[in-house]
Parts: sequence; C-alpha cells; structure tokens
Amino acid sequence: MRAQHSSGSATRQSKKKTIADGQLTKALTGVHGFDELTRGGLPRGRPTLVCGGPGCGKTLFALEFLVRGAIQYREPGVFVSFEERSEDLQANVASLGFDLVGLAKDKLIVIDHVRVERSEIEETGDYDLDGLFIRIGHAIDSIGAKRIVLDTIESLFGGLSNEALLRAELRRLFGWLKDKGMTAVITGERGDRALTRQGLEEYVSDCVILLDHRVTNEISTRRLRIVKYRGSKHTTNECPFFIDDTGISLIPITSVGLTHEASQERITTGIERLDRMLGGAGYFRGSSILVSGGAGTGKSSLAAAFASASCRRGERCLYFAFEESESQILRNARSIGIDLGPCVGRELLRFRSSRPTFCGLETHLAIMHKLVEEFDPSAVIVDPVTNLLQIGDEREAGAMLVRLIDYLKMRGTTCLFTSLTAGGSAIEATDVGVSSLMDTWILLRNLESGGERNRGLYVLKSRGMAHSNQVREFVLSHEGIQLIDVYTGPGGVLMGSERVNQESADAAEEERQKELLEERRQKMLRKHATLEAQIAALRAEIEQDRTTFESDRAVATKRRKRDETLRRELSRRKGADASAANGENKTGKRKARGSIDDLA
Amino acid sequence: MTSRNGRKKDSSSKESTPKVEWDLRLYVAGQSRKSLTALANLKKLCEEYLAGKYRIEVVDLLQTPQLAAGDQILAIPTLVRKLPAPMKKIIGDLSNEERALVGLDLRPAKEKQG
Repeated sequence: MRAQHSSGSATRQSKKKTIADGQLTKALTGVHGFDELTRGGLPRGRPTLVCGGPGCGKTLFALEFLVRGAIQYREPGVFVSFEERSEDLQANVASLGFDLVGLAKDKLIVIDHVRVERSEIEETGDYDLDGLFIRIGHAIDSIGAKRIVLDTIESLFGGLSNEALLRAELRRLFGWLKDKGMTAVITGERGDRALTRQGLEEYVSDCVILLDHRVTNEISTRRLRIVKYRGSKHTTNECPFFIDDTGISLIPITSVGLTHEASQERITTGIERLDRMLGGAGYFRGSSILVSGGAGTGKSSLAAAFASASCRRGERCLYFAFEESESQILRNARSIGIDLGPCVGRELLRFRSSRPTFCGLETHLAIMHKLVEEFDPSAVIVDPVTNLLQIGDEREAGAMLVRLIDYLKMRGTTCLFTSLTAGGSAIEATDVGVSSLMDTWILLRNLESGGERNRGLYVLKSRGMAHSNQVREFVLSHEGIQLIDVYTGPGGVLMGSERVNQESADAAEEERQKELLEERRQKMLRKHATLEAQIAALRAEIEQDRTTFESDRAVATKRRKRDETLRRELSRRKGADASAANGENKTGKRKARGSIDDLA
Repeated sequence: MTSRNGRKKDSSSKESTPKVEWDLRLYVAGQSRKSLTALANLKKLCEEYLAGKYRIEVVDLLQTPQLAAGDQILAIPTLVRKLPAPMKKIIGDLSNEERALVGLDLRPAKEKQG
C-alpha cells in the first residue's frame, strides 16, 4: 500500500505543491483560506479530527477536502459516511457545484454509506471490525485513494454496544489508515465536556480542528480553531468562516499586520473642490477614509462621487451597502448628477447589499474578504460602517474593522467608510473608536440657522498632506456636488439662503457705496468746474485791468509827447529869452511828469 | 435432508430442496479463530434447531471484499439471515447461544415445530 501510495505522477505533483513545514509534509485541502491558515493544509498521511456541534459544517469541510483534493490535486478519495446516505450527500453538495456522481464515475471518489442499526443487530459474542476495515480497504484500493473521510464514525457507538471493543478497534483503524499513508479526516460530534462525545481526540493526536457555530444576539457566526497541530506551527486564534455557494471560506486574518507600503499616489475624490481642500490632489491611494455625519448630510453622495471617479479612471470599485439596495443607490446618485449605471454595466462597479443583521460580524468580514479577493477592486466603499459596528460589541467591532482595514491596506486598496453619527451627541466622541484607524476624516454636518438646514463639510484630519481648515458648504444639486465657500463676514458664518442673502446684501451695499462715491465725484467735478470758471473770470479781470492800465499809460505818454511838442513850438515861437524860460519850464514839467509816474 | 455448508458461495445450493426456509449467510475474514468458531457454532445451532430447512453460505471478505457493502457488514464475523424476512444481523462468534437464538428468532420457530 505504501509503495502504491508514493508512486504515480499525481502524487509527486501534489507533493511538490505541499508546503514543507519542518519535517512534516502537508496535503492541501483546497478549502478557501484553510491552507493559508495552516501553511499547507492537513498533515499528509495522518488522521485529522474535525469536531464540532451539529450543523457546524464538519461534513462539508470533510467533503470539500475530498472533492477539491480529487479535482485540484488529483488525489482520489473515499468518503465513508456513517450518517447520510450517498444519495443524500450527493444532493446536498450538488448545490455547491460538486458533482459526486461524475467524480465517482471518473474513479476519483468513492462514497460508501455504512449503516449501523442497533435494532437490526444482535451481538452474540466475540467480534471485531474487520468487515469495516475490509470495506474501507477495498474502497481505497478500487481507486487508489490518497484521502479518506470518516463521517461521523462515532455513530458506531450508537450501533454497537461493546464500547471497549469499539475503542480498541477505532484505535486500530486510525493506526491502520496511518500505515496506509492515508490523509484522513475524521469528523466527530462535539461532546459536553470533551471535544468529541466519545473522546476521539485521544486516538487522533496529530491534528484537531474545532468548528464552532455560535449565536450571539440572535446572529450566528461560524468559527474554526486549530486546537492542535503536531509538528506544525499554527495559530490558536479562532478564525471566522462562512458557507456560501462555493463551500467553506475562511480568512486567515491573523496573518495581516502593519507592514503595508504607503503609496505616494493621489487619487481624486470625485469632487474637484474637495481635492483642493486635501492638499490639492485628493486622497492617497491605499489610504482609509472616514466620512462621518448625521442623517442626510450627504455621506452616500460623497461615496458615490468617489465610486464614479474611481470607475472613470477605469478602476474597479466594490460597494458594500448596508442600508440601501443597489437600484436605490443608483437612483439616488443619478439625482445628484452621478450616473453609476454605466460603471455597473462595464463591471467596474459592483454592489453587495445586505442587512447588517443578516449574519455576524465575523461572517460579514469573511464575505467582504472573499468578495475583495474575487473582484480585486482598487477601491472599496462601506456604507455605512456604523450599522456593521452595531451588531457586535464595540471591542469586537473595532477588532474587525482593524482587520478589514489592514487587509485592504495590504492590498493597496483605497477604502472609504461612511459613518452615521447620532444626532445630538458629540461627533468626535461617536467616531472616536473608528477615526483613529483612518487616514482621512471628513466630517459632514448639518448646520441649522435662519430656519433652514445646510450641509457643511470639514476636513478634520488627513494624514500626510496639508489640508484645508475651512468649512465648505456642501451643495447637492442635479448638476452634481459642489463645495462653496461659506460666507464669513461681519455677520458671522452663514450658509445656504442666508449666505445668498448676505452675499446679495453685501453686493447691494457695495453698489450703493459705489453710487455714492460717484455722486460725490460728480459734485466735486461740478464744484471744480465752477471754481475754474471763477478763476478764469478773475484772470480775465486781471487781464482787463492790465489792458486798461496799458492803454491809459499809452494815452498819457502820447499826451506828454504832444505837450512837449507843443511847448517846444511855443518857446520857439517866443524866441529871445528862450534858454532861461526853458530851464524853468523844464523843472515844472519834471514835477508834472513825476506825478504821472506816481500815478502809474 | 442434508444441508449444504460451504466456505464459499455454494453454486449447487440451487439444486437443494426448494423447501429451504432458512437462508443464512456468514461473513468471515479468512481463517481467523473467530471465524472458525462462528462457523462451528452456526452449524451446531442449525443442526439442532433447523435441521433440513437451512442453507449456509460463507463469504470470505478477504477474497470478495466488494460484498461487504451490500449487506452493510462492519463486524466480523456477521451472520445475516436473508430468509425468512425480515433480514436479521447477528454479529460475533455465536458463542452466546441464547442471544444467537433470539437474534435468529428461533425461539418462536422452535415452538411452532413443537
């Protein structure tokens, strides 16, 4: 059996895939997230106990291990069912897309239903379980199986009364499977005090996995814990998982840490003015953004703008909506001039709408994780994160958010969370638990005054960039989102129609002042004109005076010349005593002339 | 009337009397002590209570393991009462005769005979 086990190319191939962890080789299960958690899957060639209460997913886990092993790793497997008939099993897993009938036809899987009915069985002495060994052995040999599942072998205890013998036989069975090199999954029902009702963990000592299905506040959460993994490092933390149409998915969330690279790249917020407020370029790629605000402050609109901008860049965006349906978001976004329809059509935008109470916090996280992995978005929107946080207690919720943010940051995914703050309470206090995880915190606030409500936008913080400290009025209209400077003036900080009023009042006042000034100017000009006229008149008068005087003087000079000519004529006519008379006359004339001069 | 006992499925059983009321099949695994004890006990029992009305078929699962699933065999040895209906299963080496008789519903049968 051993020789057969280790031969064959399929085995070699799968061994290559197996991640060595020390000396122990492992067999990949193909269960989403489990192989990462265990660094390679289950211990190869050894039995693993998977235990848990009813409905915890034991059988599904085992079946996935087998089916995925057969399909993905070409390791045929045997499913020994002690509970469900093979037809039932086939029907149950058909919804997960597992075609057991087809796999059985291809000799990749054998399902053997072992039925034990106590009422049909009479025990009459010494016996052993060789029949079971032979059956299993035959099934294994018929397809060269490498994997086996025993689900749930404890049913034997219900069918057979000799417990001591059963225990001995089970021990022998597990040993025998180990000898055959079978990677085995043995499921067991959880007991009251022990991990399993019949204490199977005593016999399976290599690896024990506990599945749990807990209900808190009416919401159930599935968790997986590795109780024991001999020879391998493993986390002992509980790991949430969920079951959907592709089977079990779990997140190895414990492996993420604060080791992500911080990007220098900036991406637009979708609102040009907001980009300018954030150091002129928008958010950092891969950063976490919190948009908090009361009801109706426009958080989702901001988110829609961001989604739209991201899609315009041709990048994928994943939108987790916990309050509205996809069509509602599309309609609402359209009302503010953002058409997300084409983004959805081009598969750049995907919505996931669900009620927060639909499942537990951990499950939400797991689902988000899986969707992010599937869709590979460059931006994730959670709208609103508060609803999500309300379903768990604060500590749990905080832890979950840290994991989510860490995970998204590791991927370099920009994440935008909206947060509904309760009316009345201090916004800073409400979001304190969340905000410290965020790189950028934008606060939207209803500002009420003058009988109306207006939206104000603040950038409370934005790590790594110079950001505006100003309040902006956040206006939603059919044309889109606009950020407008609020009115800050002597009348205080005003927004909305008050701002408009105030602004127009200011404009009117300014106009009036302008008119007043103009009027004064005109007046002044008029006055100046008058004065100029007066000056001109005076100048004219001066000129007049001067002209008058000049003409007088000219007349006077003329007269003197005539007089002189006359006297000369007289003295010439008198003759004799001309010289004496001349001298006397000269003095008189000089006197007269002087008086005229004085006049001038 | 002779019974046909065999280690293997007896092909000649069809030729035996059509009046076979008891069709028994004993599953064993090789020649183990338990198997041999069981067969011996079974023969003794049949001769004592069902003389002439029974047929025993012994199936060695080591040689025909594919037959184990059909009758839902887990324990070895297992005696299956195919006839009369309903089918009954008796596991163990039949050393507890009392329980074996109860298991085979032989007490009422014996009374009817008597």
